[in-house]
Amino acid sequence: MVTMTWHVSVDKGTCGATGMCAALAPELFVLDDAYAEPVRPEIEPDDLALDAADQCPMQAILVSEDGKEIGPRP
Amino acid sequence: MQGRLPMTVAYPFNDSANLDLHESYYAAQKAPGMLRIQMPHGEPAWLATRYADARLVLGDKRFSRAMAAERDEPRMRSGQLAGGILSMDPPDHTRLRTLVAKAFTVRRVEELRPRAREIANDLVRDMITAGPPADLVDMFALPLPVAVICAMLGVPVEDRPRFRVWSDNALSTSRLTAEEFQASREEMREYMRGLIAGHRVEPRDDLMTALIEAHDAGDRLSELELVDLCVGILVAGHETTASQIPNFVLTLLDHPSALEALRADPGLIPGAVEELLRFVPLGAGAGFPRYATEDVRVGDVLVRAGEPVVVAIGAANRDGLRFESPDTLKVTAPPEQHLGFGHGVHHCLGAALARMELQEALRVLLAELPGLHLAGDVVWKSEMLVRGPVTMPVGW
Repeated sequence: MVTMTWHVSVDKGTCGATGMCAALAPELFVLDDAYAEPVRPEIEPDDLALDAADQCPMQAILVSEDGKEIGPRP
Repeated sequence: MQGRLPMTVAYPFNDSANLDLHESYYAAQKAPGMLRIQMPHGEPAWLATRYADARLVLGDKRFSRAMAAERDEPRMRSGQLAGGILSMDPPDHTRLRTLVAKAFTVRRVEELRPRAREIANDLVRDMITAGPPADLVDMFALPLPVAVICAMLGVPVEDRPRFRVWSDNALSTSRLTAEEFQASREEMREYMRGLIAGHRVEPRDDLMTALIEAHDAGDRLSELELVDLCVGILVAGHETTASQIPNFVLTLLDHPSALEALRADPGLIPGAVEELLRFVPLGAGAGFPRYATEDVRVGDVLVRAGEPVVVAIGAANRDGLRFESPDTLKVTAPPEQHLGFGHGVHHCLGAALARMELQEALRVLLAELPGLHLAGDVVWKSEMLVRGPVTMPVGW
């Protein structure tokens, strides 16, 4: 069986360092002075990543699976 | 090592009849550690005034809002307000916020911009028709965000006089007794229950309908959560913006060269709004304490598990360690990462909406009222959580 992985990215151009993702999911996102970044770009499926993508005030987080966008959710 | 707790000082500091940052904040920023403060009600707290400390406390999972419900929360008014999205931690907070976040994304807000611009233009036209002097609050700053949030949520804008009273009561710090405060909140809930019932019979393309569906079909929202979320969105959706519009105008009138720069190049307005959000300390004082769920080091203070910290956002936004010449208004060089909308999971849900409304408000006021000036004394709100004029007579 193939292990599924999700890809997580933060668009630095739109990230506003609101701290939402790093506060919600510190195991997935880290905030430096100016931007947030994923702790690891590849993660095991984790709904918290989708929650963070949904709630990012700047809509700067993208979660994808096999190249297909799954977060933010529609 | 942290010895005995420092002496406790009375809080809040700011005068409600201006937009100054009280000198005690500057002293606190220069002193080591954090101040111990005593608010009018509740237990003593730490006060974070530096940018780095503010961001840590607001953005770290080890600090909780929900714990305040079990404690004698430091607060401005006697009654302790339980419930509401600002009193929750993840994952409860996440569940509620996910339901509403979609309505407030940058993309959705941009769709509302043309309508907001039209409303702003109409309001200024009415002011011009009526002739000077006009009360900027009553004729422009309040009706603009009210019209936008009413349309978004699905609340009849004609009811503004009714929810104006409830909304003022909700944000008042001491005008009401705990019983009166509770009664006012129940009235507002009753009003909202009526609107929700109407939306159930006749669904519409608005946020209230979407939230009702989340409750009725998705079972993701309790009935009381649904009511309180609608109440919260209606109150928060206009009061702060309605205060900041006149606050920003006053600040610009105090800085004529900034005002001229914006008139000459309206393209600077979005950046200027960010700088004004940083520069204007909206709060009369800090509120909504965060409780440490374990020992956490904040700067050189070890905050013990169970101790509350309140964050002075207005002071953190003027921290010289983070912002160059923080007390100078620089509309042509907007700041990065100000804390005007807070930080962390409770970062203002309506930030994009507020930005858009403030931009459109300044745009139309500067374009249509070239001689805008004060035409009388400003009357300030008193005993409210946010500062701003009650009335602000202007001419042009």
